[in-house]
Amino acid sequence: MSTTTENKKAPAGERVADWADGRLGIYSLAKANMRKIFPDHWSFMLGEICLYSFIIIILTGVYLTLFFHPSMNEVEYAGPYVPLQGQLMSEAFNSTMHISFEVRGGLLIRQIHHWAALIFVAAMLVHMMRVFFTGAFRKPREVNWLFGFLLLVLGMFTGFTGYSLPDDLLSGTGVRFMQGAVLSVPVVGTYLSMFLFGGEFPGGDFVARFYSVHILLLPGIMMGLLVAHLILVFYHKHTQFAGPGKTNKNVVGMPLLPVYMAKAGGFFFLVFGVIAVVSAIASINPIWAIGPYRPDQVSTGAQPDWYMGFSEGLIRVMPGWEVNAWGHTLVLGVFVPLMIFPLVLAAIAVYPFIESWVTGDKREHHILDRPRNAPTRTAFGVAWLTWYFVLLVGGGNDLWATHFHLSINSITWFVRIAFFVGPIIAFVVTKRICLGLQRRDKDKVLHGRESGIIKRLPHGEFVEVHEPLSQEQLHTLTAHDQYKPLELGPEVDENGVARKVSRSQKLRAKLSKGYYGGDNQIPKPTADEYKEITSGHGHH
Amino acid sequence: MSSQDIPEENLPSEQDAAGHTLVKGADDPFADPGMPPHEHRIQDIDEKAARRSERSVALLFTISMLATIGFIASYVAFPVDKIVYIWPIGHISALNFALGVTLGIALFCIGAGAVHWARTLMSDVEIADERHAISAEPEVKAKVMADFAAGAEESGFGRRKLIRNTMFGAMALVPLSGVILLRDLGPLPEDKLRHTRWSKGKMLVNMNTHEPLRPSDVSVGSLTFVMPEGMTEHDHDFQTEIAKAALMIVRIQPDDIKDKRELEWSHEGIVAYSKICTHVGCPISLYEQQTHHVLCPCHQSTFDLSDGARVIFGPAGHALPQLRIGVNEEGYLEALGDFEEPVGPAFWERG
Repeated sequence: MSTTTENKKAPAGERVADWADGRLGIYSLAKANMRKIFPDHWSFMLGEICLYSFIIIILTGVYLTLFFHPSMNEVEYAGPYVPLQGQLMSEAFNSTMHISFEVRGGLLIRQIHHWAALIFVAAMLVHMMRVFFTGAFRKPREVNWLFGFLLLVLGMFTGFTGYSLPDDLLSGTGVRFMQGAVLSVPVVGTYLSMFLFGGEFPGGDFVARFYSVHILLLPGIMMGLLVAHLILVFYHKHTQFAGPGKTNKNVVGMPLLPVYMAKAGGFFFLVFGVIAVVSAIASINPIWAIGPYRPDQVSTGAQPDWYMGFSEGLIRVMPGWEVNAWGHTLVLGVFVPLMIFPLVLAAIAVYPFIESWVTGDKREHHILDRPRNAPTRTAFGVAWLTWYFVLLVGGGNDLWATHFHLSINSITWFVRIAFFVGPIIAFVVTKRICLGLQRRDKDKVLHGRESGIIKRLPHGEFVEVHEPLSQEQLHTLTAHDQYKPLELGPEVDENGVARKVSRSQKLRAKLSKGYYGGDNQIPKPTADEYKEITSGHGHH
Repeated sequence: MSSQDIPEENLPSEQDAAGHTLVKGADDPFADPGMPPHEHRIQDIDEKAARRSERSVALLFTISMLATIGFIASYVAFPVDKIVYIWPIGHISALNFALGVTLGIALFCIGAGAVHWARTLMSDVEIADERHAISAEPEVKAKVMADFAAGAEESGFGRRKLIRNTMFGAMALVPLSGVILLRDLGPLPEDKLRHTRWSKGKMLVNMNTHEPLRPSDVSVGSLTFVMPEGMTEHDHDFQTEIAKAALMIVRIQPDDIKDKRELEWSHEGIVAYSKICTHVGCPISLYEQQTHHVLCPCHQSTFDLSDGARVIFGPAGHALPQLRIGVNEEGYLEALGDFEEPVGPAFWERG
């Protein structure tokens, strides 16, 4: 080692990096990622909101665990909030009161935690819709789609177990609802309920059990999924919209260092800042106004956090069917909603696999679709959203009734019918709109942009001048792929023997026709069409 | 701003003419023209504008520092129980408001500063990076397949079926231990859901006054919540017991009672029904005295108390269980037994 003088020359930062590289290999890692290119589009920020609100939830959640007592032992309230003094409540509720009224900043952190949770789940849903409507779930990203979907589902349950922890009257009613739903499960319902609650409802265990699920089990799984989700985003490289210079083989944008480091890092602070201000001015889950849980008490207008609203809708509009036979009860009125709940979620989760089966496309897709260019997919997505929002309306049927002076009976019937009809109408309407927009794009490519300039021709006719599009625009509007419908081929082979076509192939051909056949997509303009029109009659 | 001192060659038009060449497809009017030329921002060509941006970013970071100091000051200055009126929000906690707003500003300004810095001063030249296929090259795949075959062969996994099968068996069985351990999460249901604290001779105690009730205490049109005598809110199992035993009594003119059994089980028109909804177990709390309907506020199941508490609206599947009542020698209302059917939500063994 004759390099002591040279070592002195290297700056301290470099020496630390050298040390780390010799042990962790950070230079190779940095070579691949430091200047990694990320494309720019506002909708790519939605996933970042999810990530940042998750981090905020973890940070504030750790703080809350320092003060929260996950115990259902009954104590008499002796804190500063006068209306509840002397009331019996669980230690869980009591410690939440302590956080809200006696710990300086405790209320703020509690509200940030709860607001961030609402935003987290909302951002995940919107982010998922962005991925859905732009077709970003296609190969090679199907697995990442599933990771994201699981994060949404786990996020919902983490939220549910979280807002149940204070053991207040509202959340306790929600837990009772869940217990009633568990009871409806045929054969094992009562066993599940007893095991879940350590005996009869509410017992003295569920807060402690929900606590470990809420702060350890579910967030632990989510953390793992989240890391995997992000590693895959880096590995696949981000998708991009079609445009000049953007191909399926490249990724155009700005480098992680410095632009995205600053933009994404800054965005974390923007999200955190906004949530902090919201928590400063908007109260959320004021448990002191709701009071501690008592199984024989309830308040009107009981609503879960928004992301559980669609399950609430399912249970509210389902007719109260009960089948009694051979000494047993099949509680269809509760069990059917309990089964549809996962089905609603699964419907959107499996869609990418159905589409890839129908298209049979095995290529990688890194260029995003504009929603209009995939009319059937877009229509399916809107139909699903319609389904979801119809159920949300059902979940708030009492609020709709009181706020808009409507009959709760008619709202219930509206939701029952719209549950089946709404998605179909939404599907048809959305598909029409997509096809209309495709036609408009075609017109724009072939005839140019309407300039708004009206010109009078020598013989008196008025025409509007259309400006031809730039080549950038022409390319962008015609860059999308269009599939041809799957052909089954002739029913008999060349020898006149009937070919065996499996039922699944027939279904696939039918679906493919529905996706790409006939009027289900507008053929994009061809170069020949364009040349004929532009060379032919002048200004058009 | 003045553009007098901007060097001529920095202006966008100059750049455009110099650097940009189109890669037009010879024949295809829709061919990809390649990445558009970089458009300069004002900060790229005017050092004064760049310095203004620099000052804006620094200002935002400075505001953030001040806000953090404000946060610490608020933490020290405001008592935790101070309520102030802030228009248009209303009466709110001064400390919560001050801490939240200062923290929000401190965070937001860091974010805004960083984003403004990135947008105005960092290079905004778009760069294209190549993508590589996610799946491996055929040679890589062939190597992996060969390695795997060699490894599998060396382990004898395929050849020594006895080892393979017993290993699968052992691996399949060992998680059972974990499942077995879950058994003591709770007791078996047995007939726990069929019984409540009510039994013959237990007096009906007013939930609010904790006094036993006489028939004369119950007026027509009133709704009274009661619990069995001998229970107090300090019992360690009060919550679990009241979840089943909660009872409501109303008085209806005996002539208005349509259900024959209901009339039989009532006393002078006083009828007692379980307060726990038969849908998913919310307590029923809204009573409409003219129609004798009770409504569960959770999912709007509605029951007609003058007709055996049958369901007239909503998702509940069956009527509320009725408790048979009478009066004891001292003239207090008492139960004549437990509920004849399980209270609360239906379940498989209910029958």
